Amino acid sequence: MELVTPDVGLLFWMLVSFTLLLIILKKFAWKPILNSLREREESISEALSTAEKARAEMEKLKTDNEAIIREARIEKEKILKEAREIKNQIVDKAKQEATQEAHKIIEVARLNIRQEKAMALDEIKKQVAELSVDIAEKILREKLSADSEQKKMIEKYLEDIRLN
Amino acid sequence: MLPKKTASKEEKRVDSAQEKTSGSFDAREMIMDHIMDSYEWHLFTYKDYHCSIPLPVILYSKDKGLHIFFSSKLHHGESSYKGFKISTEEKYHGKIVEELPDGSIVKPLDLSITKVTVAFLFTMLFMVWLFVSIANAYKRHKDEPPHGMQNLLEPLILFIRDEVARPSIGEKYERYMPYLLTLFFFIFFNNIFGLIPIPPGGANVMGNVAIPTVMALFTFALVILSSTKYFWIDIFNTPGVPWWLKFPIPLLPLIEFLSLFIKHIVLVIRLFANIIAGHIVALGFFALIFIFGEMSLLGGYGISFVSVPFTVFLTLLEILVAFIQAYVFTLLSALYVGLAMEEPHH
Repeated sequence: MELVTPDVGLLFWMLVSFTLLLIILKKFAWKPILNSLREREESISEALSTAEKARAEMEKLKTDNEAIIREARIEKEKILKEAREIKNQIVDKAKQEATQEAHKIIEVARLNIRQEKAMALDEIKKQVAELSVDIAEKILREKLSADSEQKKMIEKYLEDIRLN
Repeated sequence: MLPKKTASKEEKRVDSAQEKTSGSFDAREMIMDHIMDSYEWHLFTYKDYHCSIPLPVILYSKDKGLHIFFSSKLHHGESSYKGFKISTEEKYHGKIVEELPDGSIVKPLDLSITKVTVAFLFTMLFMVWLFVSIANAYKRHKDEPPHGMQNLLEPLILFIRDEVARPSIGEKYERYMPYLLTLFFFIFFNNIFGLIPIPPGGANVMGNVAIPTVMALFTFALVILSSTKYFWIDIFNTPGVPWWLKFPIPLLPLIEFLSLFIKHIVLVIRLFANIIAGHIVALGFFALIFIFGEMSLLGGYGISFVSVPFTVFLTLLEILVAFIQAYVFTLLSALYVGLAMEEPHH
């Protein structure tokens, strides 16, 4: 029975001191400890969520960047294509113009040549006529220097005419 | 004739004294001495010399009023002081009683600072020192990883919060955290100190029924204070049971109401019995050494090779028990409080 009978003195001191212990520890130990534990947990979870947010932000930036790069590439290709087209147009036009110019020059040259040729021919004809007259004169003078010859000739011509 | 008579009386007394000191070793007495509360802190006995730390005795008797003196005045229960003595009778065994002039014996109001009181006061001082210094460490190193002692105790604090208070009590657990933490560490440290055989350790604090009783009273008070209307409805008009269990004989309400008290009494007995059993078994193994040693010296040394490893093993087991019992007491306190805060059924 001794073992299971609570002692009055012990009950009293335990009641008093346990109450005091509760009050002291609650005020000076458990409150600060639990508060700082909670604060630390909050700051950790906050840091984690901030990190998560930053990661999401990075992800978004990355996709944005990629989109921008893709757009830029498309733009570049478009610009290049346009430039190529413009170049081709310019080259074509230049070619056309050059061809036309060439044709024109050739035409003019041909005309000139024709004129020159005609003029040259005229000159040659004139020269040839003069030369033949000169030659004929010389031949005639040669032939008609002797009288017999002259008579023979007249006769011949006369013959020709008579025959006709 | 007369001197002879006195001489024989003297001889007899010497004989009985010798019997007391060198007589057969009483294991029961040794064990009871260790586990019971005492007015002095007994350190050792060498031959006839008792070495112990005297503790203050505080008494209030109706006749003589308040008396405060050191227990050394009682000479280990061998003499009386101002009519007070330690009873050796079956009634009030080991307690201070007052001998009235007419020869009758009464028990005065005894508020002595006993061995158990000193032991738990020491634990309390230790706890205040430990936890206030830890609290300061938390204040100094805000948002930093824990250092030193914080590392050791933070897991326990978090364990009580996350595994005991939150699941058992629910959302309002924070209000009960200081009580549950104090309870857990008080039981735990007292149990651990109880295993250290050097003063101020070695006292059987939780194995003294008065200590768990006070803690169970605190839990009971918390249960009553935090109880809701629905908790009492559940006790006196339990829903979902046949009406004839409640009327005309209120069988179930009676059982439920009694269980409210029995729960807390069981709480006391579980802790008290576990700790006292651990002390008794460990001391029993030691007693074996002396019992065998009395038979033969060799027997005593021989059995010590068995007893010492067993005691070491038991002490290790008791460390586990110290934790488990602190945990169980705290968990059940939290559960009872949680049950008392019952919300209406859906």
